Amino acid sequence: MSRLRLYLPLIKTLQTGLLLATGLAGYLSAHTAPDGLTLLGVAGSLFLAISGSTVLNMWYDRDIDAVMNRTHHRPIATGAVTPREALRLGLILSVLGVGWAVAMAPLYGLVVFAGLFFDVVVYTFWLKRRTCWSIVWGGISGGMPILAGRVMAIGQIDLIGVLLTMSVLFWIPTHILTFSMRYFADYQAARIPTFPSTYGFEATRAIIALSAIIAAASIGVAGVMIGVQAGFLRLMAVLSAGLLVLSFATVFRPSERVNYSLFKYASLYMLASMVLLAL
Amino acid sequence: MKLSRLFLLLAALLAAWQIAIGIDGLESVPVLAYTVAFGVLLVACLLLIILGLGVLESPIVVVVSTIIPLGLSLGLVWEHGGEWRGPYALFATLGFLAVLITRSLPLKGKLPVLVLAVVHGISGLVIFLLPTILAANGTTHAGFALVGLGGALIGLGGLLLSFLKAGRPILSKETILNVLPPLLFLMTMCFVAGFRFG
Repeated sequence: MSRLRLYLPLIKTLQTGLLLATGLAGYLSAHTAPDGLTLLGVAGSLFLAISGSTVLNMWYDRDIDAVMNRTHHRPIATGAVTPREALRLGLILSVLGVGWAVAMAPLYGLVVFAGLFFDVVVYTFWLKRRTCWSIVWGGISGGMPILAGRVMAIGQIDLIGVLLTMSVLFWIPTHILTFSMRYFADYQAARIPTFPSTYGFEATRAIIALSAIIAAASIGVAGVMIGVQAGFLRLMAVLSAGLLVLSFATVFRPSERVNYSLFKYASLYMLASMVLLAL
Repeated sequence: MKLSRLFLLLAALLAAWQIAIGIDGLESVPVLAYTVAFGVLLVACLLLIILGLGVLESPIVVVVSTIIPLGLSLGLVWEHGGEWRGPYALFATLGFLAVLITRSLPLKGKLPVLVLAVVHGISGLVIFLLPTILAANGTTHAGFALVGLGGALIGLGGLLLSFLKAGRPILSKETILNVLPPLLFLMTMCFVAGFRFG
């Protein structure tokens, strides 16, 4: 039981929960006849695969975590969980998650595997320490759960699925880039290239605003194509307007408070949008 | 503090419900006006949850908080005001622009306060009086009077905010910040219930 309590921070429950919510929303967005068992399978396989990739990332980045103020208390960095134990846990969760997904439907399994591969191998192992553009691959992997859910429901990759993936991909900067500005010193100390350290804060804020526009447009168009009710679309438009106002506020009235509010609001926005798409 | 956040969350959920379901079937102008009003309320509640009540001291709050009564009153007048539709839509537009301009420029004197008082005063009276009169004379269901009560509460909220901004509030800052979240929740509940049962 005490080990389980130590493992919990390794899977970043909030982040995993949000990604899981996008996967479930992708599945429910098809509005097919509800199948409890399949829904449970989607939830279980995605939870395992996302958790697995998160643990593997944390295992690989343990040296970075140790030098960053924000992360130095994490279980691997403090030695509460050994690297070998974390690696084993990450691999088991990943194999179980992808295996379950493949058993449910090969194409669904392929998309789940792609998410894990892009996140762990391309983003974390290969690019994260080399270029700030690594977040594009992090974003693509972040968009895989929603695509996987959609694929599981309709059996193929369609335009709506691509739009939903794009909405997550372009939403990521409103979350990650605000984060990298907030913890600028931490990333500098760990020598991780970020947009603020490579292109400056002003350009980073412009990128955040631009990507917020694309994310809001993608999710809106996907909502219309899915046939979301007018009232829910209205609500989605209001929430998107909030995201855009905050994004533009970071450009024209930059401050730590605006940056923090966008960072927090972006998560609420994504969660609320997923609920609206699923209804 | 946790209780304040709970009230704000409930107010945000009620506003979201009103936008998504509560205004279905109306004409496009009231739908737009109510969506903007409840939308500002929703996003404001979320930001208050995220940033805390201290954000109320920001100068932009004065401008943003003007949108709520103007949007609600425009929707009400468009639905029930007959020939006043056009003139009131013009007043709402010019009123908002006047508040925006007088609060953006470094103006001296009492003009910004005067503009704010006129715009808030008229829109607040419309929200309070119109539903109350319509409910009293039987034009609408008696429950519609709750919208008027919501109008009275929004006026009270505005008054508390202006006390806060005045620097020498009649009530202490702590008291005002404690009262505002439940007041926002009650106000939103009155609006939602009034529109639902009216």
